[in-house]
Amino acid sequence: MSDRKQGGRFRKVTNKVRRTPEAQDEDLWERVQLARHAERPYTLDYINRLCSDFEELHGDRYFSDDAALVAGFGRYHDTPVAFIGQQKGRDTNERTCRNFGMAGPEGYRKAMRVMEIANRLGISVVTLIDTPGAFPGASAEERGQGGAISRSIQMMWRLDVPTVAVIIGEGSSGGALGLGVADRVLMLENSTYSVISPEGASAILWRDASKAKLAAQAFKPTAANCYRWGVVDAVVPEPEGGAHTDPGQAAEILDQYLSRVLTELGAVPPADRRRARRERFRRLGPLRDPEGGMGMATGRETPPPG
Amino acid sequence: MSRVGRNIHVSVDRLRQLAQREGRPRRIKADAGTCPKCDSHYSADEMQRNMRVCPACGHHFAVTARERMEQLGEPGGYVELWSELRASDPLQFTDLKPYTERIVEAEKSTGMGEAIVCAELEVRHQPAVAAVMDFSFMGGSMGAVVGEKFARACDYAAQKGLPLIIVSASGGARMQEGTLALMQMAKTVIALDALAEARVPVVVVLAHPTTGGVWASFASLGDVTYAEPGALIAFSGPRVIEETTREVLPDDFGRAEAQLRNGQVDAVVDRRELAQRIGRVLHILSRPPGDGASTAAPALQWAQGGAQKVGEAVQALPSLPRKMMDRMRPGSTDGEDPGETPA
Repeated sequence: MSDRKQGGRFRKVTNKVRRTPEAQDEDLWERVQLARHAERPYTLDYINRLCSDFEELHGDRYFSDDAALVAGFGRYHDTPVAFIGQQKGRDTNERTCRNFGMAGPEGYRKAMRVMEIANRLGISVVTLIDTPGAFPGASAEERGQGGAISRSIQMMWRLDVPTVAVIIGEGSSGGALGLGVADRVLMLENSTYSVISPEGASAILWRDASKAKLAAQAFKPTAANCYRWGVVDAVVPEPEGGAHTDPGQAAEILDQYLSRVLTELGAVPPADRRRARRERFRRLGPLRDPEGGMGMATGRETPPPG
Repeated sequence: MSRVGRNIHVSVDRLRQLAQREGRPRRIKADAGTCPKCDSHYSADEMQRNMRVCPACGHHFAVTARERMEQLGEPGGYVELWSELRASDPLQFTDLKPYTERIVEAEKSTGMGEAIVCAELEVRHQPAVAAVMDFSFMGGSMGAVVGEKFARACDYAAQKGLPLIIVSASGGARMQEGTLALMQMAKTVIALDALAEARVPVVVVLAHPTTGGVWASFASLGDVTYAEPGALIAFSGPRVIEETTREVLPDDFGRAEAQLRNGQVDAVVDRRELAQRIGRVLHILSRPPGDGASTAAPALQWAQGGAQKVGEAVQALPSLPRKMMDRMRPGSTDGEDPGETPA
């Protein structure tokens, strides 16, 4: 299988990766491919490993059930937690059924339904982000793809319960952000988070679909850079060679981060949490310093400790 | 000032000369000439008077943000806010050209600092805050400055208890600011809630085009949402959809009229009636000062306003309800196809 071969090649590449922006830029393209590696653990792989039990809920109660996005309640460290995330497929059949992890409006409405229940019952919400983007289709547009995403963003911001978003693979476009407005945003070491997929950017900015590699280098969508920009709060390390080499260990490391963050957030009063959530997103986006040049006025320079 | 009739053909070059001599903003001259839809000729002057709508066929041309402010408010009667904010280049981004160069070019060609203009103004005697996007500045794309100005406009409106009018015209998030541009979607949506807390309404006008991250954030969260005729309103544009799914899309895909049928907007409103329409809805929604619970005072005001105002309001209603009522009347001849969608 070519996937196996790819896996071997990546193992070699990622062995030399250190968690500094420069080091990440060096083999950025390999990392972009690693983020969407065919064997990379997907949302349900993490949910099944993190939870002792999980009940998936289906349907948005308006139109249909979107298999590209899974949502439900799990038992996590003996507490209830809502898990929501885009789900990709392993084989051709499943990929088609999961629509390559590209959710439509029904997916985001299902997510909102589960968020509403969680909020009412005082249950923390964890989202797992892994999507090339929201589904671009005529039917999705007719049923309000834009409004579904914006309302999902709005709902996440309005939640009174603790919320954590984790980018586990590909985080592209508004489709990713629809699940990304949380108290804490974590990002797996080899995942990407960007305004658009490299292929999409290549077609739009270079007017040439083959410039994806160049686009990736321009966007620098790596975890270390997202941390530096203040877009994510922590980078979650992966097993040597990437999460796909040992999904069990990847889930264990994520578990450590997640449980710590949820405990921290649980200790904060809801009103303070919301205020901090607002401030967190309000800060993002550097403006030009009227005195200086075009550079960035604020930002963190070093990645987080291991 | 020369007044050229629409039937007289004047060369575009000549109009450019005239426009320059009168010291108008340079972009007006681009509109002088021929309508791409109906091939009729018009002058720059006539075009401006007609709010950049083709007098012959009603085609809506792009409007700059500042001209839009003048159309909505009283001429020259708006106070621009935070015009000093400028973009930075956090990614040191280069595609075919460095981002810094693109910004400088956009600033030069548009005479604006960014793709959004925020102002305080009065729309038909209704005080409001307006955030108007300008497609000519890098496709109206939303970067950190657009996000910041928008958020400030929300806070400002909430603080003053004024409604917010948003006119969107944008291709979406600004690619050149990467992940940080994506974050502006969250920032703007969160900022809008200040208005909810202040209990003031948000009116959105979707101009051509409103796509991507702007449609998937604040532009789809208006309390009342109008769209300009023919405006493309979509998360994914037709080209992206056709390339990804190989679907064959109808000609009116994502257009304002189609999105009205889809239930995504409240009305398609001609630009020449926009200010009146917004002023009217703001008047309907306005609460007496200092009190939100009582509806007695506005009701009284309405009654005192007299029959003339009511007449105007009825006139402005679309013809559909009356048509439907006619059809529902006993004995009316039902000649139309029952399956036909009312236009």
